[in-house]
Amino acid sequence: MARIAERRLRMYKAIAEAIDQEMERDNTIFVMGEDVGVYGGVFGITRGLYQKYGPEYVRDTPLSEAGVIGAAIGAAAVGMRPIVDLQFVDFIGVCFDQIFNQLAKIHYMSGGNVKLPVVITAAIGGGLSFAAHHSQVLYSIFAHVPGLKVVVPSNSYDAKGLMIQSIRDDNPVIYCIHKRLIGVPGMPCPETAITHVPEEPYTIPLGKASIKKEGEDVTIVAAALMVHRAIEAAEMLSREGIDAEIIDVRTLVPLDKDTIINSVKKTGRLLIVDEDYKSYGMTGEIAAIVAEEAWEYLDAPIRRLAVPDVPIPFSRPLEDYIIPSTEKIYKTVKEMIK
Amino acid sequence: MVVELRKETAIEMLYTMLKIRKFEETIKDIYAEGKKPVFDLSAGPIPGFVHLSAGQEPAAVGVCIHLRADDFVSAAHRAHHIAIAKGVDLKRLAAEIFGKKTGLCKGKGGHMHLFDPQKNFSCNGIVGASFPHAVGAALAYKMQGKDSVAVAYGGDGAANQGTFHEALNLAAIWKLPVIFVIEDNMWALSFPKRLSTAISRNSDRASAYGIPGVFIPDNDLFRIFEVAGEAIKRAREGGGPTLIEIETYRFYGHYVGDPERYRAKDEVEKLRAKDPINRVKEQLIQKGWLTDKEFEELVFRASAEVDEAINFARESPYPDPEEALQDVFA
Repeated sequence: MARIAERRLRMYKAIAEAIDQEMERDNTIFVMGEDVGVYGGVFGITRGLYQKYGPEYVRDTPLSEAGVIGAAIGAAAVGMRPIVDLQFVDFIGVCFDQIFNQLAKIHYMSGGNVKLPVVITAAIGGGLSFAAHHSQVLYSIFAHVPGLKVVVPSNSYDAKGLMIQSIRDDNPVIYCIHKRLIGVPGMPCPETAITHVPEEPYTIPLGKASIKKEGEDVTIVAAALMVHRAIEAAEMLSREGIDAEIIDVRTLVPLDKDTIINSVKKTGRLLIVDEDYKSYGMTGEIAAIVAEEAWEYLDAPIRRLAVPDVPIPFSRPLEDYIIPSTEKIYKTVKEMIK
Repeated sequence: MVVELRKETAIEMLYTMLKIRKFEETIKDIYAEGKKPVFDLSAGPIPGFVHLSAGQEPAAVGVCIHLRADDFVSAAHRAHHIAIAKGVDLKRLAAEIFGKKTGLCKGKGGHMHLFDPQKNFSCNGIVGASFPHAVGAALAYKMQGKDSVAVAYGGDGAANQGTFHEALNLAAIWKLPVIFVIEDNMWALSFPKRLSTAISRNSDRASAYGIPGVFIPDNDLFRIFEVAGEAIKRAREGGGPTLIEIETYRFYGHYVGDPERYRAKDEVEKLRAKDPINRVKEQLIQKGWLTDKEFEELVFRASAEVDEAINFARESPYPDPEEALQDVFA
């Protein structure tokens, strides 16, 4: 059997390639944000684009997030498709209104008259001792407000297909990139995040989860870095005869409820693993959906692993303690199955 | 004068001012329906808040007269006058204020959140939020190689928001075709500008961004016409942004029903004595461009147009309740 030549790309290169291929296709697409130009983006996702498209289309901006996201809204309202790099998701604090009251709601408030095809990229996640202002996940906040799609790739292949789909979507999309998956120097990522990426453009629909591993005994639902920790835990569990099914949600909005529910119907057990805060977040939402729609299939109480409700601390042992680990996933599943 | 004032233009501006005034006073009367004996904001044919702009007509008309449908206007919560001056369909505007299916936004926006992509008009419930939207539209126009411009309206209250300053800076560094219009009606709800703003003229803030800033005193339509015409022409020709501050008058409270405990009763009387409609009428009569009889005809025509729009709104159906679930995503 002929083996397809592997083209393993790091996630940031896969994303840059996606943006590049879309910009080649459609001249209404442009990128703006802090350090997206010569620097190539703090997380590398615009690398090479400035040299190719120039400063108009790959536009460095001042530190002015409310102004820039507001400008993206205005540009989108008159026919452009802006991509704005917010750098760290934690910076939403200074442009909250533009995202939550403006970007998310204008399509609805206009009775569907105004379309805002804006992609906001934002780096999420901890594990680098960046502390409470540069380590949060926060995607549940976006998911909570109607009108925003929320994308969270866990590997390079998904990152490219989801980015192309996000750019083509006529709705605002918050595209979250985990710092421990992006693959830029200085921020190590698991090997499982660096996958084959076809050179040609392709899309992955928003709202379709990915079953990373099929299993019979327990369903583990996760996103971003937690998918990789779940895979590691599943390997440990399989050595003890426990067969876990792992679902990568890939997009929080729309959420692929069917894949989750069907999995729980098969396994009877559900663990949700999340790097966001525990209360009022993704874990609670998915638990509630399963409780409402698949209660009778559950053989054990639903379990959740997430960041206990504390800000992300700086010191390594403190941070390691609060972010769900492979070990904690393993132990929790063992408790669920004994 | 960059844009010459001709008789037809002057009459058209006066007519639009009359239409705005009639519209606002009609809305005010209808707003009261169903709200007695107990004042209940949610009752009657027009529920919710209504922020009227009577007295501020010159700021809308004197600027928008220079604009085309493809020029972008963003405004804040008090924006009926600007919507009408920008050419938003009066019937669909009225229907939106009534929450009807035939409204601009199918009843989902209401009077503070009007979006008309055909006329490139929008207004916003969050004060200050819409300045950067105009910057973005102007950026898009520049990238698209068009000579369209964007006008961002806000009140003196909005000028203390960070988004105002961010928008000015972005428009200045990128030399974008944006005209920022601050309607200084002296009040941010109950808080007077003299206490809220560190300097007496917002137009002076333009100097911090290296762009022209012009202050227009006393709600002067023809001065606004002149300054805005010049700024818009400069913007179309690639000359970058301008900040215009217009001293204007808010005849009513912040919202209809506002007890206005914070301002002296005679303030409104003094402002009304300087009603811009009377002033423009006198100016046009003096120029020999208008007779009393012609004025009465304009009043009659404006009333008829407003009545027709209000009737359309009253007679239009409400949206089906289930429509609440539509339009979250495109």
